[in-house]
Amino acid sequence: MSKPETRTLSFREALREAMTEEMERDPNIFLMGEEVGHYNGAYKVSEGMLERFGEKRVIDTPIAETGFAGVGIGAAMIGLRPIIEFMTWNFSLVAYDQIVSNAAKLRYMTNGQFALPIVFRGPSGAAHALGAQHSQAVESLYAHIPGLKVVVPAVPSDAKGLLKAAIRDDNPVCFLESEVMYSLKGEVPDGEHVVPLGVADVKRPGRDVTLVTWGKMLHTALKAAEELAGGGIEAEVLDLRTIRPLDTEAVLASVRRTHRLVVVQEGWPFAGVAAEIIALVTREAFDELDAPPERVTNLDVPMPYATNLEQLVLPSVPRIVEAVRALTGTRAA
Amino acid sequence: MDAALLLDLYRQMALCRRFEEAAGRAYQQGKIRGFLHLYVGQEAVAVGAISAAAPTDYIVATYREHAHYLARTGDARAAMAELYGKGTGTVGGRGGSMHLFDAQKRFLGGWAIVGGHIPIAAGVAFASKYRDEPDVTLCFFGDGTANMGAFHEGLALAGLWKLPVVFICENNMYAMGTPLYRTLSVEDVSVRAKGYPIAADIVNGDDALEMRDATRQAVERARKTKEPFFLEAKTYRFRGHSMSDPAKYRTREEVEQWMQRDPLALLAARIQTLGIATPDQLAKIDEDAKAIIQDAVEFAERSPPPDPETVLDHVEA
Repeated sequence: MSKPETRTLSFREALREAMTEEMERDPNIFLMGEEVGHYNGAYKVSEGMLERFGEKRVIDTPIAETGFAGVGIGAAMIGLRPIIEFMTWNFSLVAYDQIVSNAAKLRYMTNGQFALPIVFRGPSGAAHALGAQHSQAVESLYAHIPGLKVVVPAVPSDAKGLLKAAIRDDNPVCFLESEVMYSLKGEVPDGEHVVPLGVADVKRPGRDVTLVTWGKMLHTALKAAEELAGGGIEAEVLDLRTIRPLDTEAVLASVRRTHRLVVVQEGWPFAGVAAEIIALVTREAFDELDAPPERVTNLDVPMPYATNLEQLVLPSVPRIVEAVRALTGTRAA
Repeated sequence: MDAALLLDLYRQMALCRRFEEAAGRAYQQGKIRGFLHLYVGQEAVAVGAISAAAPTDYIVATYREHAHYLARTGDARAAMAELYGKGTGTVGGRGGSMHLFDAQKRFLGGWAIVGGHIPIAAGVAFASKYRDEPDVTLCFFGDGTANMGAFHEGLALAGLWKLPVVFICENNMYAMGTPLYRTLSVEDVSVRAKGYPIAADIVNGDDALEMRDATRQAVERARKTKEPFFLEAKTYRFRGHSMSDPAKYRTREEVEQWMQRDPLALLAARIQTLGIATPDQLAKIDEDAKAIIQDAVEFAERSPPPDPETVLDHVEA
């Protein structure tokens, strides 16, 4: 089988292609959010989409997250397939009740009478010096909730394929992007490209330690793996891609190969996704572990503004390398 | 005056009243659990309003929604079984009193976070307009909703995008145990609609015919103009906020005064004055309602609980 043809796309172009292709395919899909239309998107993800689809399907909203998140849920209840853009996921907290109490509950609470095909998407996590209220990584807040799917792509091809799968899903999906990745370029397969939700991807194979990560931390983990390789430690980097549903088999299979686990998570440690992964591995693969599982996360504080402090708070290559060396009993050369 | 219509309104309101009384009894017997919010005294609002809508119009309601559900579906068995937490309930025992739904009959909840369903109702209307369908959405809520952010955001978007939704505020003067005059900076909730701007009207919510006429005009207007409308129905609940509320914050005189305008008694008097039915004939309607509710109670009692094997159904992630 020959390799599929690819093109180089930025992360934002990949997202735009996903939305555009799906909207061309299904007139029930629309995009709604702050600045998505005439302004062409706060981060230009939806650039040109208003021109292509018109005001009926690319809808600028007032600053009213509770309102337009709820409108999306109502529209999805009777068969439309909304894509609701949050300018950042930080602002989704204003609409937390809509997502948690309404969207997440509907299918279960109605005994399956309704499908709820809605995607909430936008950038999450720290960018650069945005301070405490604009730097929150929200995946743990949403992955906690049964009834929601949580997707965090890290490369353009996954961004496109996962967003297409999310739009086609009949459940509410929280789709978390990142300001600092929108310009990241990568190869994206030509033609129809859908990446199923709930399937992790080994981004770098290795035999000595498993680094489980997702979203923009993938790139930090890959750099750490590179540095570790220089010291003779081969780290396997597993990109979860979807937090919920979690690809538990992929995590366990990797740990069975490497016998060591470090989870790299942007966001706070307490009751976070990393804790869930570690609980899974300790329960299901305890005997496979040659060392206690570890996690590298944000420091447990709100995000400070000053650049040096922000860099201290976020997971970094040195912190990952240090965690792995502690686990493998090796020291820096 | 349409005799059949008046008798049907009376029949439906009697059914709602008897349903609530039976539910209250079952609650005291421990057969219904959780929270139970009775609608006794407000029946003219739900029955009058929903009778004015087309069966294809959407209904979105709150946690005090048994009557709205009955007015739309007529299915006392499915409602009572749901309150009993049985597998034969309208949502298979997953919802209970506060979360009645019937997708087929376009009864869209059953929402129990105050104000949260206002934007959802706007969204249902948004979808109707998006698909160029003629349906209107009726959204019911209480006066206590008027200070919630979700209420204002839902109204703001409905007003901005001109969505065919009729907001029906059931102003029973109390948000749980707190009288409205202590919590609302305006006398009438409908004043709040005017800034969005949404046309508004105030009606006597204890008069089923007035409620029906006002709703019919509002629904037809919304259908024609694709614009929202806001109806404020002045009414009163005879019971406490929920079964755990003895309602000691109201004087006996106040309650008795309002019970003088019991919506069922008002409609009965009008029917008799118009010579449409005798007291005996009305009593027969009431007996029939009691029999239907008794059948619903027996159905709920003998229905099996939900199959434990299904506890994980409908969550895919």
